[in-house]
Amino acid sequence: MTYEDLLHELVQKDDRYLVVTAENRAAIRGLPDKIGERFIDTGITEQTMIGMSAGLALRGRIPITHALATFITMRAFEFIRSDVGIGNLPVKMVGAVPGFLSDGNGPTHQAVEDVSIMRGIPNVNVFCPADEEDMLLGLPKVFASDSPFYIRYNNLKPEVEHKKDFEIGKAEVISEGKDVTILVYGFLLREALKAKKILEEKGRSIGIINLRTVKPIDEEAILNAVKNSNMLVTLEDHFITGGLYSIVGELFLKEKVSADVLPIALKDKWFKPALLNDVLEHEGFTGEKIAKRIENNIQNK
Amino acid sequence: MEEQRRKELEEIAYKVREHIIRMSTDGGCFIGASLSCADLIVFLYKEFLNINKDNLTDPERDYLLLSKGHDVPALYGTFAEIGWIERDRLKNHLKTNDSIYWHPNRNVPGIEFHSGSLGHLLSVSIGIALDCKMKGQKNKIVVILGDGELNEGSIWEAALVAAAFKLDNLIAIVDRNKFQANIRTEELIPLKSITEKFEAFGWGAKSVDGHSFDDMSEGFSSFPIEEGKPNIVIAETIRGKGLPSIQERADRWFVNFTQDEVSMLLKELRGGKEAELTSETIIAR
Repeated sequence: MTYEDLLHELVQKDDRYLVVTAENRAAIRGLPDKIGERFIDTGITEQTMIGMSAGLALRGRIPITHALATFITMRAFEFIRSDVGIGNLPVKMVGAVPGFLSDGNGPTHQAVEDVSIMRGIPNVNVFCPADEEDMLLGLPKVFASDSPFYIRYNNLKPEVEHKKDFEIGKAEVISEGKDVTILVYGFLLREALKAKKILEEKGRSIGIINLRTVKPIDEEAILNAVKNSNMLVTLEDHFITGGLYSIVGELFLKEKVSADVLPIALKDKWFKPALLNDVLEHEGFTGEKIAKRIENNIQNK
Repeated sequence: MEEQRRKELEEIAYKVREHIIRMSTDGGCFIGASLSCADLIVFLYKEFLNINKDNLTDPERDYLLLSKGHDVPALYGTFAEIGWIERDRLKNHLKTNDSIYWHPNRNVPGIEFHSGSLGHLLSVSIGIALDCKMKGQKNKIVVILGDGELNEGSIWEAALVAAAFKLDNLIAIVDRNKFQANIRTEELIPLKSITEKFEAFGWGAKSVDGHSFDDMSEGFSSFPIEEGKPNIVIAETIRGKGLPSIQERADRWFVNFTQDEVSMLLKELRGGKEAELTSETIIAR
């Protein structure tokens, strides 16, 4: 099953679903022929698409909207905040090529603050699937939820078999580890898995938690990791401000807990545009480089 | 329109203006813009829209959305006069025990959607209008825009989309009072002919006198203006209409009047002498 197949199935099963796009069709190219008027293309108009989707939601529809992650979250930001957020309407916002997935597009197309700004809007939730399988496991519940949702679209092929039970606000604990737990969302799970393998060969015990929804966040899973591991890593293709590192910090303040946390994120700069693997290499986000950063951190303690 | 009916509407509009004036103290309100669209809003609810107390949630009702938002006292005043809310409820203006403040809130019956940030509800109305079309319903979707609001790029983006989708069940009305917050529209970002602009975007357009019930009655008698095109009606109005001491005064946009000034304005509205006003507009809005 593909993302397009899932949408096709949902639209056929439930009258409320509409597929809406601001002329971003990469993931849904085959749908116009299959679903007819339930496919709505507003042209390159992110603001109008979101405002209009709020209107459709007022009429009982669930619009699943599409645009590049930067443009849907930033060009249309105030429409998401003021129409969808204040209205608490079940508009679903699917952002394509989020984070490092924008490859060679350059900084205009780099959504590396999207998690921060979307989670800052009351009522708006955020789903960051690790790969296609994870995305397809989660979307039926995310789409059916009464809440607005921002989704970091990710159709990369899975490198791990996911746990089939998906709950909004529940992380997937891939493994537990005494030395380190890597908290990660999105496609970087695959690099975390590589890092784990390298570190385990050196005798380290590594846990990995795939957060799935970063809002609501699985607080219990993170707090368990604090108890069971000597150190946490937050791994994200996002600015260090406002993303997972901040979320973990907010949780620690609230719960009055403290831990060694190594943030692996973009430090107040956009990344070098290139093909994905070269971006990872250049920015230090390959499994090897992540493993090295973690190992250094352990030794410098 | 029959004279008796016209007089009836004029009396309702007087009462709505009295509500607006009473809301312009204890914190104040956007009095100028509320007065300019008062006749229009009374006309729409009494003469044009298929909405009443009993069909407020019926999916086949007509819709009215207030995109410019800050003129909501005219809407609340009308709701009080047509019996959708208690007149006394307007005394809750700016009180935390209710949802009546400077911009619309859906907790008040009859408010379809909140607004405040300009340039939003044309898009929202497109969504509603499109869904009505998809369901084969015949309802009309009316959205009131300010002329200053037409500065916003999102209006023109939405104008293209509405035309592309052939939403002839959508009626946008511009309250053309020729003022934006602090200055005359034509002195800042000239709009010139709004009808020509929208026609060029693929809309059917017309103008009406937004203070004449006869003229509105004629202008709103048949839609769509052009088959298969969204409709725009320019309601020519006067900011502050009804109160010579406020009319077309850039410095009487948002004012928090004293109780004495309110009393004077209520008399002025019904033909008494012009109020002597000292409260200045609050420009920090």
